Amino acid sequence: MSDTSTAIVSLSLADVRDRLARRELTAEQVTAACLDRIAATEPAIAALLTNRGEAVLAEARALDGAGPDPAKPLWGVPLTVKDALTTAGTRTTCGSRILGDFTPHYDAFAVARLREAGAVILGKTNMDEFAMGSSTENSAFAPTRNPWNVARVPGGSSGGSAASVAAGQCFGSLGTDTGGSIRQPASLCGCVGLKPTYGRVSRFGLVAYGSSLDQIGPLTRTVEDAALLLSVIAGHDPRDATSAALPVDDYMGALAARKDLSGVRIGVPREFRGEGIDPEVSAACQAALDKAQELGASIVDVELPHTPYSIAAYYIIAPAEASSNLARFDGVRYGRRAESPRDLADLYVRSRAEGFGDEVQRRIMLGTYVLSSGYYDAYYRKAAQVRRLIREDYEKALARCDVLCGPASPVTAWGLGELTSDPLKMYMMDVFTLSLNLAGLPGLCIPVGMGGRSGMPVGLQMLGRAFGEGDLLAAANVLSGALGVPGVAPACEGA
Amino acid sequence: MTTISTEQVAAIARLARLAPDEAQLETFARQFGDILGYMEMLNGLDTTGVEPLYSPVQHATALRPDEAAPRCTREDVLRNAPEADQEFFIVPRIV
Repeated sequence: MSDTSTAIVSLSLADVRDRLARRELTAEQVTAACLDRIAATEPAIAALLTNRGEAVLAEARALDGAGPDPAKPLWGVPLTVKDALTTAGTRTTCGSRILGDFTPHYDAFAVARLREAGAVILGKTNMDEFAMGSSTENSAFAPTRNPWNVARVPGGSSGGSAASVAAGQCFGSLGTDTGGSIRQPASLCGCVGLKPTYGRVSRFGLVAYGSSLDQIGPLTRTVEDAALLLSVIAGHDPRDATSAALPVDDYMGALAARKDLSGVRIGVPREFRGEGIDPEVSAACQAALDKAQELGASIVDVELPHTPYSIAAYYIIAPAEASSNLARFDGVRYGRRAESPRDLADLYVRSRAEGFGDEVQRRIMLGTYVLSSGYYDAYYRKAAQVRRLIREDYEKALARCDVLCGPASPVTAWGLGELTSDPLKMYMMDVFTLSLNLAGLPGLCIPVGMGGRSGMPVGLQMLGRAFGEGDLLAAANVLSGALGVPGVAPACEGA
Repeated sequence: MTTISTEQVAAIARLARLAPDEAQLETFARQFGDILGYMEMLNGLDTTGVEPLYSPVQHATALRPDEAAPRCTREDVLRNAPEADQEFFIVPRIV
């Protein structure tokens, strides 16, 4: 890579956007720099399932021909998008073989918003099949590797998006978060990841996994960049009945208005401390909280007493919804169809059995089991009752403070293959992220330094009130600004 | 400890239109035993009188005028089908 390309891909999204608007850089230069970086890093990290390659250069040249447009806040900015979101004319696999070469004729709402804002979509990022996983090892194609150490996982399920952002392939990416799938990979890859309030971003065009849990959100290298992307993708959409018809706050204004953390009460849930957390994670999170106090925040001890039940409740509710949502993959209207079916039933069964990977089959069957007659009350209804108790915990805690803080993951990135043989052990990795989705609240993860033992990134989660993304981003921006961000990862063999 | 038999897994698989082989049945049975066993912890929590929460939506659902509008063509919809003619999806004969 040339020095110029390296310098360009190291810029923040906000910075490159401003330089493009001032014509200090052309869209073609910036896009070419990203394509160079993709070519240099993809062999080591496999963050992309589809690289649009040269096609995006033509789009960039067309933008340059028309000139910068002040009405387009992402004019000329190259981004990537998780392969769970439909992209008109570009293959969308959701990390699964069952979708084959499915090429949608429409953009997801959030993708359309990016394009309308002038962004260049470089490609689609790797993910755990149907977003089911915490390491991106459940991708039907290949595991993505962590750009800070390619022997380790990037987290999941939006591991391709996090790796792509951390490696400097793009200036931001869209991921999806059903149980931590934006925040946890952001944590493991040292970037910023925001899961908005349920209903803030339309799910139209998102391949559904757990419909009452799924939200789309940005992954970026700075908090300001996440705020910029959220400003673009947030808003009401009549095509998603759960999309909120509430005004979108001025997130950039909220960031500009907050210079320190005076008056901010940070609640630290007792359940997010101590046992089960790797000491290097605890130490980095504690140092971040100490910094927050220096910046004027006060620390409040709070409780989320039903946290120990969240894994059990989540792994009933999410598979139940998945078993219903994934019934649509039957080999009839799109995707993969089994060869020479005997009859229609055989076509359904074999197309699904051959097309879905093990973890997806496991969750479909778990969901089918907990929804089946005789078990529904004991599992699904019970889990939904626990879900209410979990949300009430958050409401009580957030009445006593403005933001809740804790680790996003109990450990830093683990080695490839370490947890794949024991699904339950992998589920346990989600202990700090799942409950937020059950409650439907917003949360973001910021990098707070490298673990003292592993040298891998540690992330701190900041969780807030429904539709309180502005306050959350503003506080996170101050703290992250003081702590610094790790920047672009080496993303090469032997790193 | 919860025990799930391979016969139970096969029955669930039939409902879910899946067809695990013998080796997969064994693995899934063991894993479901572990996972459902873990979930038994919920029984230790008294939820009498707690209203289940099925969706986190608290805002009012927005209504829109019930107006028909074209969104895609028949060609768009059929383009990704494994088998189709100009008008229909084609499946094995059912009658």
